[in-house]
Amino acid sequence: MPEDLINSYMTGPDEQGRFGMFGGRFVSETLMPLILDLEERYEFAKTDPTFWAEMDWLWKHYVGRPSPLYYAERLTQHLGGAKIYMKRDELNHTGAHKINNVLGQIILARRMGKTRIIAETGAGQHGVATATVCAKFGLQCVVYMGAHDVERQAPNVFRMKLLGAEVIPVTSGRGTLKDAMNDALRDWVTNVRDTFYCIGTVAGPHPYPAMVRDFQSIIGKEVRWQLAEQEGEGRLPDTVIAAIGGGSNAMGLFYPFLDDPSVGIIGVEAGGKGVDDRMQHCASLTGGRPGVLHGNRTYLLQDLDGQILEGFSISAGLDYPGIGPEHAWLHDTKRAQYVSITDAEALEAFQLCCKLEGIIPALEPAHALAHVMKIAPGLPADHIIVMNMCGRGDKDIFTVAKHLGQDMKV
Amino acid sequence: MTRIDDTFARLRQSGKKAFVSYIMAGDPDVPTALAVMRGLPGAGVDIIELGLPFTDPMADGSTIQLAGQRALEGGMTVDATLQMVRDFRAGDQVTPIVLMGYYNPIYARGVDLFLNQAIAAGIDGLIVVDLPPEEDAELCIPAQAAGLNFIRLATPTTDAKRLPTVLRNTSGFVYYVSVTGTTGAAAAQAGDVAPEVARIKASTDLPVIVGFGINTPDQARGIASVADGCVVGSAIVKEIGAGKPVAEVLAFVASLAAGAHSA
Repeated sequence: MPEDLINSYMTGPDEQGRFGMFGGRFVSETLMPLILDLEERYEFAKTDPTFWAEMDWLWKHYVGRPSPLYYAERLTQHLGGAKIYMKRDELNHTGAHKINNVLGQIILARRMGKTRIIAETGAGQHGVATATVCAKFGLQCVVYMGAHDVERQAPNVFRMKLLGAEVIPVTSGRGTLKDAMNDALRDWVTNVRDTFYCIGTVAGPHPYPAMVRDFQSIIGKEVRWQLAEQEGEGRLPDTVIAAIGGGSNAMGLFYPFLDDPSVGIIGVEAGGKGVDDRMQHCASLTGGRPGVLHGNRTYLLQDLDGQILEGFSISAGLDYPGIGPEHAWLHDTKRAQYVSITDAEALEAFQLCCKLEGIIPALEPAHALAHVMKIAPGLPADHIIVMNMCGRGDKDIFTVAKHLGQDMKV
Repeated sequence: MTRIDDTFARLRQSGKKAFVSYIMAGDPDVPTALAVMRGLPGAGVDIIELGLPFTDPMADGSTIQLAGQRALEGGMTVDATLQMVRDFRAGDQVTPIVLMGYYNPIYARGVDLFLNQAIAAGIDGLIVVDLPPEEDAELCIPAQAAGLNFIRLATPTTDAKRLPTVLRNTSGFVYYVSVTGTTGAAAAQAGDVAPEVARIKASTDLPVIVGFGINTPDQARGIASVADGCVVGSAIVKEIGAGKPVAEVLAFVASLAAGAHSA
């Protein structure tokens, strides 16, 4: 494990925390010494076998890794083209990929002597994962969540409270995920001595994008050996596909394949009601421009004056006006392709997955699945697609019922 | 020599501390903000910090954030902010103006174009909260080359090892943030601030001005007495946000300025 990480880390980011022109450290002076300290401690932990031994043990016995790589036979037959595998990260403890990263950051926080953990959350999956790991280690946990999301994600709010976390509804700005991140940064700037900010995606100031990517890369690493096990030694996927809000599940799947030119990489953004100038979407790469927010330069939804715009998506987990800087770089260098899927297409994929595979996907991976449905029929039978089933859909059944015009009480 | 340097030279000669005040451009609308701004020098303000509104001001507390929202909802833009500066300059060629805000609106305009426009409008310095020394190549170095002061924040977390890095490309003055927290945070105690200011002054000849958490004339006097001056922002913006008439806002500013100047 550590050897792999040292090698893969050599390609980026650079010493300034940049992936090409993206990334960086755009934070106030109060936070600057903290992120430099974090970088130093993470660099040390990365090469420390005892750190990874602790991670591996918890990944196996607490999270349930490795997650299965599952051949979706009926979906493959239904679409009649490429062979479709699903990386089942929705089977992790807490029901999503988020915990992969949270474990790493919390173990690091403990080693740094931090006793108070703060996090931002949109749909609540990262908040639940953070509250879970904090409960396990007896750490104080404060989760910032947009007031609007608190309302539409009530079950996750209750979960966090059961786990002992304090959930603070954020009413500043427009009360969404980006405002929750603003308030988490305000908390951190105020409580600099004892507090660790556990960011949930591959965004924020350096070293967060690289650190979160490294923790999530377990997804792609497992896919490599699992596919070889099922399809023969050396067999790589032909295409890997994942949904992108901030982009952590996608970076986790993509990263170990970046240097394999035969592997096509596709990120799927939330197209909401359609990517056009009405901005009823969250597709930062297809509908945004480079800008600076939350500590990094990346593609952002913004107006001509540099004011940040709100995203729109049926999926609260994709509802962020930015994207991780490494994705911005992979987009500009054309190593990865980024597309968008509308709410309606995601809902259709959601239902098809339930009926054909007996898997209720979260709305986030339903976006990835919708793109699989678009391309698989036109590909040959020996073309292998691996999509990341990064979360389960229990949290989304209320939203889906509403959009399908069904009353849950019946 | 910028207007900022001239102002500090003048204050030093008269043995006075500097009083710096912050208002948000276009809050709650341009005519009101401009009327307040025009009245600030008469109320005793030595340097004006003018806030450039931004949707996501993560280093500010709720008072400044709400001011920015009011301005943006009223249609405030970068162009309108620069126009406000030009209108002010038409009647005042002396009082320094420091534009304070976040990087993205500047980056969206393009750094070179923005710097030309800012200088032409009569801006003297910039405080850009989310540009630490690690990102100096973005704006700090081009701004100083163009003749603007780039004022850096030093904070309680800026330790001895880091202080030279923070001071290296700073000009005009050093803004010491007296508490860890956002603008409008809990009050700083002069007793805690004094050794920190002394620590910074041992490493630079620039004036050190202290801000964050100063709300009353007494606090302004206390803090100014242990530094080269003080900044009040949120307390003034709160008065504007409460809809107080311009004369009342300026009377409050005058009381703060009198506090600082009596130090």
